[in-house]
Amino acid sequence: MFDDRSPIYYQIAEAIKNDILSGALGADDQVMSTNQYAAFYRINPATAAKGFAQLVDEGVLYKRRGIGMFVSPDARQRLLTERRERFFAEVVDPMVDEARVIGIPLEEIVDRIQAGPQHNGEETTGTQVPEDTRGGAQ
Amino acid sequence: MTHGIDVRNLTARFGDVVALDNLSFSLTGGKIYGLLGRNGSGKTTLLSIIAAFRAADDGIVLVDGREPFENGRVTEQVCLIREAGNVVDGAKVQDVLKMSSNFRPHWDAEYAERLADMFELPMKKKVSSLSRGQQSAVGITVGMATRAPVTMFDESYLGLDAPSRYAFYDELLRDYMEQPRTIIMSTHLIEEVSRLFEEVLILDQGRLVAHDETDTLLRRGMSVTGPASSVDEFTSGLTVLNHQQLGGTKSTTVFGQIDEDKRAKARAAGVELGPVGLQDLFIHLTNGGGEQR
Repeated sequence: MFDDRSPIYYQIAEAIKNDILSGALGADDQVMSTNQYAAFYRINPATAAKGFAQLVDEGVLYKRRGIGMFVSPDARQRLLTERRERFFAEVVDPMVDEARVIGIPLEEIVDRIQAGPQHNGEETTGTQVPEDTRGGAQ
Repeated sequence: MTHGIDVRNLTARFGDVVALDNLSFSLTGGKIYGLLGRNGSGKTTLLSIIAAFRAADDGIVLVDGREPFENGRVTEQVCLIREAGNVVDGAKVQDVLKMSSNFRPHWDAEYAERLADMFELPMKKKVSSLSRGQQSAVGITVGMATRAPVTMFDESYLGLDAPSRYAFYDELLRDYMEQPRTIIMSTHLIEEVSRLFEEVLILDQGRLVAHDETDTLLRRGMSVTGPASSVDEFTSGLTVLNHQQLGGTKSTTVFGQIDEDKRAKARAAGVELGPVGLQDLFIHLTNGGGEQR
């Protein structure tokens, strides 16, 4: 489930966001408690709590005193907007920069995208395998 | 019931050998702490002094504000399980559990039985006749069921196979969440347990080289990879723990605060910044040849 690429609490927050984006967690659904999360992923509960606190700060989750944490009604919309911005900033903009450097006209890129994938995409989808399929078994 | 631990200018010697060298730190308590260090770094000596198994030569240790040495009110609150368990010769497993129930005010007999079942301990056998792993399991059972406000495991997993070790980690976490207390674990199996630690202390040659929240500590370590000249420029002024070079590419491990500004500059210069795992950080921080500060 976790790797060394970034702090674990951040990865917890990302995993929950992905569940909200995919629809696995809906609006006002209760999420696992920090203790359940800690036990399931074998991590310190303070680390799990940090991930949850970040999501509360960002408005993705809200707390109900004595009951637990729930998904904010507008969380999915909020995350979609955030991911959309990130997509342009992290995927499209660098691609355009690179295209400029090597002299590819933007029209050619647009044509290519509109024509659909030119070759079988099987190999390139390797990185898209959801992480949770290998969780919990270590 | 969170017992803090204060260590001030603690020094311990064995003849001419200085095992702990003017060590000072403070634990607020109620957390799971990882105590890391190479063999002979002073881990066991430190834990033994906290548990009042021996006295300090200099300096002071306070558990919940009181000195533990020859102070029964403190020592009954502290439990140290050493690598082979603290077991009287000739005692059977059931005797060890019985004795613990007599001496330990928070002893949970039912829990001890549950753990003994989980580890499949033979109650009527002498502890000395058990395998190394089973002896460790006896120690863990005693350490957990004692429910001491300060519980310390000093490499208490030797000989345990991986499934039993993970069963121990799961049990530790579960019971800690139910009854938060101060837990200190010394271990060499860093990769296995680092995620259980809220804070980490690293000892090297009797001195503390790091003490921080695990996440914070990890964020201070970083690998810097790229063209040698750019890497050197980036790492100048930072604590360099290790470096490797292959052709014109250099990879340097640094330790210290690196702000967002500097990160952005690195990316612009084609230098790749990567995280360092706790095990690697530990190796570099305690490597005899590495810089100390």
